[in-house]
Amino acid sequence: MATALDRAAKTFLLQELVSGFWLTFRYMFRKKYTLNYPYEKGPLSPRFRGEHALRRYPNGEERCIACKLCEAICPAQAITIEGEPRPDGSRRTTRYDIDMTKCIYCGYCEEACPVDAIVEGPNYAFSSFTREELFYDKEKLLANGERWEREIAANLAADAPYR
Amino acid sequence: MVDQVLTIAIIVGQCLLIVVPLLLGVAYTTWAERKVIGSMQLRQGPMTVGPWGLLQPIADGAKLFLKETVVPSGANKVVFLVAPMLTFILSLIAWAVIPFGDGLVISNINVGILYLFAISSLGVYGIIMAGWASNSRYAFLGALRSSAQMVSYEIAIGLIIICVLISAGSLNLSEIVRAQSGDGFWYIFPHFPMFVLFVASILAETNRHPFDLPEDEASLVTGYNVEYSSMAFALFFLGEYANMILMSAICAILFLGGWLPPFEMAPFTWIPGPIWFILKICFVLFIFFWARATLPRYRYDQLMRLGWKVFLPLSLLWVVLTAGFMLAFDLLPA
Amino acid sequence: MTAPLFVFYVLAGICVASAVTVISARNPVHSVLFLILAFFNAAGMFVLAGAEFLAMVLVVVYVGAVAVLFMFVVMMLDIDIVAVRQGFLRYLPVGALIGLVLLVELVLVFGTLGVGEVPFPAAEPTPAGVSNTEALGAVLYTDYFFAFQLAGIILLVAIIGAISLTLRDRGPLKRQDIGKQVHRERSASVRLARVESGKGLG
Repeated sequence: MATALDRAAKTFLLQELVSGFWLTFRYMFRKKYTLNYPYEKGPLSPRFRGEHALRRYPNGEERCIACKLCEAICPAQAITIEGEPRPDGSRRTTRYDIDMTKCIYCGYCEEACPVDAIVEGPNYAFSSFTREELFYDKEKLLANGERWEREIAANLAADAPYR
Repeated sequence: MVDQVLTIAIIVGQCLLIVVPLLLGVAYTTWAERKVIGSMQLRQGPMTVGPWGLLQPIADGAKLFLKETVVPSGANKVVFLVAPMLTFILSLIAWAVIPFGDGLVISNINVGILYLFAISSLGVYGIIMAGWASNSRYAFLGALRSSAQMVSYEIAIGLIIICVLISAGSLNLSEIVRAQSGDGFWYIFPHFPMFVLFVASILAETNRHPFDLPEDEASLVTGYNVEYSSMAFALFFLGEYANMILMSAICAILFLGGWLPPFEMAPFTWIPGPIWFILKICFVLFIFFWARATLPRYRYDQLMRLGWKVFLPLSLLWVVLTAGFMLAFDLLPA
Repeated sequence: MTAPLFVFYVLAGICVASAVTVISARNPVHSVLFLILAFFNAAGMFVLAGAEFLAMVLVVVYVGAVAVLFMFVVMMLDIDIVAVRQGFLRYLPVGALIGLVLLVELVLVFGTLGVGEVPFPAAEPTPAGVSNTEALGAVLYTDYFFAFQLAGIILLVAIIGAISLTLRDRGPLKRQDIGKQVHRERSASVRLARVESGKGLG
């Protein structure tokens, strides 16, 4: 009898509706989880794998020695490298292309590189209007390296203790 | 001759005085809805266009206005284009009898509530015409669902209105509001169950969540307006939101005392009647958004069951109870 | 010409024109839409005549409910216009006869209006002092109470008849008991058990 009364009361007082409405009402005053994206951005891990960049040594010499380890390991075969010795005897690339439409951002190139030349930086907003703009060449990658050097160096330093 | 021109000018002026703020109100209803639902889902809602996204509805309107109107090749062109206009016009003409304050009404007719009821029962035609003229299965199914739903819930609404009419003793909307004057004697208190039923029924009548089966994305890909684009779609959209505001206004008049302040005391009576009325409309609109953020969509057979087997008997019972109570205690208005 | 007269002719003109279109339109859905327009204009004329309650009820009942059902049926049926047209000439004499009878009756009614005693005195659309709706209600629920109740019972019988015609026994069906579903407790359906590896629940 008591349960029947309970049930009737629950039904006619719309207990479940009221508790549901109360829940959503409380949530209205909670802190929002979302960010106002172009103006606010979430934190990125130092290991974040974004747009590629080719780095230089502090004296301005480019790091890449054209060993082609990255080209060999790239699972998507997005990297194309041609290299030859320079007049001063050091081996350097004459061509370093990454097809960003093929790249799967696995980070193997970064791992394979013996001189920390090719890295994946923290930039993830590099969409373009044409495919052609996503076929990166050496010039573009070096320019990326110059633009993002500070962030990349900081990320590498932050991640170093865990390697 | 000059007199007649003046009369016509005054009428046109009155219409503009209602239509322009109403359209602005519709625009910001969409904004408020997105903000409220956003907050309840721990999102921010529109933020980019203007401060706090305040210009978002204008941007949306401009986008829809500048797009191309596409008429499907198998569509019945005239009916296809008339349907959104009809929906929009019907949502506007009902405002002629809504009293915004004491005496602040375009047309103070004696059968005001019946007029509103008639107009809202016409609303189904815009949808049914759109669904048929689109020559699309989804649109047609949406139209069928919508008309069956609106016809069913109108019955419950009618009976609920009768409860209020018995208490007020008039079909005139201004009289209904005046009958609720006095400290806290709004009809929401004696008729609270009917208020709950009325709010649920107007959710169904305006095809809003959780009764938005005519535009069920999951099963009907937005139903009756699936073939519409640009301005024709915008008119449906405006019509839907204007109808929401209208239904909120009716709810405010019938149950929340229209333009009356909650207490006949100094700080409350300083605020003019129309402001109270608008605040009450906003309150009911908030319930619309709140329900949308809280409740999942009904199944169609559950919707019909709720309308015919729950709302109809309950409201009928309440009509009998109200009439019996009024008669027994000799409270019937002359 | 006064303004009300002008409005009357506009309403009446549209009403007659749309009534003609109802029977001449090729598309049956268009016919129903014009029928609705005709109803609407008739309601407008009721308002002009001072019978605002009747006007609103006409819109609510005929336009809001009955015509929607017409529309339903007409939209669902795939009516073959050619087949309908073929019967036109065959049914023309009957239709013309009915029209003629109606015309004669109308002529008789209006012909005797000015002549001598009127058998049933016409009621004022708006009696002095009371609104149209109040007057109707006062008469409907007192003088014509039994007729009113009788009409209600006839409608009830019609509803029951329609339901009993379409309701058929389809054998054992699984029915949803919403009350049972809603009041189902977690304890009745969920049991948490610690399962030991290699043994199962047993």
